[in-house]
Amino acid sequence: MAVPAGTVDAATPAGPATVGTGVRHRPGRRLPLLRNRKAMTGLITLGFFAVVAVIGPWLAPYDPGRRSADLLQPPSGQHWFGTTHLGQDIFSQVLVGTRGVLLVGFTAGIVATLLAVVVGVTAGHLGGVADESLSVLSNVFLVIPALPLIIIVSAAIPESGDLTIALLIGLTSWAWGARVLRAQTLSLRRRDFVEAARATGESTWRIIAFEVLPNLTAVISSGFIGTVIFAVMSQITLAFIGISSISPWNWGTILYWAQSQQALAQGAWWWFVPAGLAIALLGTALALVNFGIDELVSPRLRTSGSGPIRTPDGRTVRMRTGFTPVLAPAQPQSRQPRRQRRRPTTARRPSRE
Amino acid sequence: MRFLLQRLAFYLFTVWAAITINFFLPRLIPGDPVRSLIARYQGQLSTDAIDSLYVLFGLDQERSLWGQYVDYWAQLLRGDLGLSFTFFPTPVSDVIGNALPWTVALVGITTLVSFALGTGLGVLAGWRRGSWLDGLLPVTTFLSSIPYFWLGLVAIALLTGPGSFFPSSGGYEPGLVPAFDTIFLGSALQHSLLPAATILVSSMSGWVLSMRNMMVTVAAEDYITVAHAKGLGERRVALHYAARNALLPNISGFALSLGFIVGGTLLVEIVFSYPGLGFQLFQAVGAKDYPLLQGIFLIITVSVLVANLLADLAYLALDPRTRKEG
Repeated sequence: MAVPAGTVDAATPAGPATVGTGVRHRPGRRLPLLRNRKAMTGLITLGFFAVVAVIGPWLAPYDPGRRSADLLQPPSGQHWFGTTHLGQDIFSQVLVGTRGVLLVGFTAGIVATLLAVVVGVTAGHLGGVADESLSVLSNVFLVIPALPLIIIVSAAIPESGDLTIALLIGLTSWAWGARVLRAQTLSLRRRDFVEAARATGESTWRIIAFEVLPNLTAVISSGFIGTVIFAVMSQITLAFIGISSISPWNWGTILYWAQSQQALAQGAWWWFVPAGLAIALLGTALALVNFGIDELVSPRLRTSGSGPIRTPDGRTVRMRTGFTPVLAPAQPQSRQPRRQRRRPTTARRPSRE
Repeated sequence: MRFLLQRLAFYLFTVWAAITINFFLPRLIPGDPVRSLIARYQGQLSTDAIDSLYVLFGLDQERSLWGQYVDYWAQLLRGDLGLSFTFFPTPVSDVIGNALPWTVALVGITTLVSFALGTGLGVLAGWRRGSWLDGLLPVTTFLSSIPYFWLGLVAIALLTGPGSFFPSSGGYEPGLVPAFDTIFLGSALQHSLLPAATILVSSMSGWVLSMRNMMVTVAAEDYITVAHAKGLGERRVALHYAARNALLPNISGFALSLGFIVGGTLLVEIVFSYPGLGFQLFQAVGAKDYPLLQGIFLIITVSVLVANLLADLAYLALDPRTRKEG
């Protein structure tokens, strides 16, 4: 059963975040990602989707494929998201479809990330001919338009299920991650601690696994999430244009039927709005987690704390980028009297005192 | 110069790779969908056309793989991509030739506009960090998470309809004959407004974000502080010192992500039934029109590569370091 495995992966980081705040003292201490508001919002939303993916089929009030007499009904108490042209309940379809979306997204993400790590880190660390050829390979995959490629490949495969699609997306979307990882590895390669490990005679693979990889965690995870976003989009797109098999429900399938049954012309907005919003929400959640990781890696990107600042003497100052905010005068004078006296030239604001 | 030659060599290699993928893929199709299609049109196909389809899809079992490969190249160089089944008996190259200008006009122009606008906004947002522009970031995130085609659906549902200025589908008024006159061009423009706006809204936000982040990173460099210390105006520092340097990674990012963007924008054409390559691709998928599918993939790849080359030229013009090396 690969279904819960993929989704549980998504749920675990969110688990301690949602529960832990009250129970443990400060979960943020150990996992700085949880202190970031953006990342937290993203993780909670993601956790919500993961829960729906696991228990959605049980939650669904109707069988998503079952026809009924309520044809093309707008949302009501009985059918929360309305019904299709065959009287199928759209709310149930969205609930049941979540599993397929997350499954394909995370499977493709894992495949692509593994490939990216192998290709990128090897290329960056080994250098020379290996680097050259691996770089060319990933650049080729980067510039060939992925979606048309996936379309013609899956058109060539007669019956493409969820797993085939996931593999296909994973195999075509690793190049960006590999490129980023290669650049990062290149810059790590010359750092002192790596040189030191090399000097002490560590084997190449040990250096890669224990010195280089741990320093790439943030880049790898942000690449993983980026790929998951891409995979979710591609899968929904493929289902929407009717290329993947349309028997299992996912959000793209709903949109496919909405489009092919002229939902727009009939004014049945409820047919495509819920699925689209769900996609956007999932995408936003993933992107937020990614911003959190980015801000963790390069603190300059943080938005908070850079607004107008009130100085102790009552002026408001807008910090310009490129200048470190200096709030030293707020400290009481008595605390560091000696230092001030000994080195008066370094005092930051000498004129007023 | 050396930089340019390297890039050219790389693009040629990529074209070769794409063509080789295109050569092998149909040979992996199990069964004979093409053979059955050929059988269906048996009476109407000329022997030439059948031959070219045999070469494209490797139906000629007697030739070796290498021989097939050589034949395939020879045929491609003649510009023969086979016959389209959907638009029988039009050759694939003609179908693509009709669709390409529409896509180039819609996708090409909107992609450039979106890059320019997004980068501009990103410069502002990155320079004035902490201002109201930062409030736009969550909005742009949400917008960029929406699939292009879904935004198109919503736009059609909300903005089109009887009596609306925006037509809901097509590339021009039905009944008009494509020609370079004001009536036709005006109609084409009117039909492209909504698809263009859709692409713009969902693709722009990515550029805003990446440019903002680059600006924030660049703005902390020493040379920016020096420029400030010299007493240069805010505007000058922002545009000539920070933005100019922040732009470079954004341009190479632009070149590399063109493949992704083009894939997404093709779907907008599907939703709006816009007569470009994306819509043809959609029809070809539905009709299992393999020659057309293959041809479209090849053309899209080549166009993306050409666009990449242009982006490289822009990079060359903006970054003096690339010129010095040669």
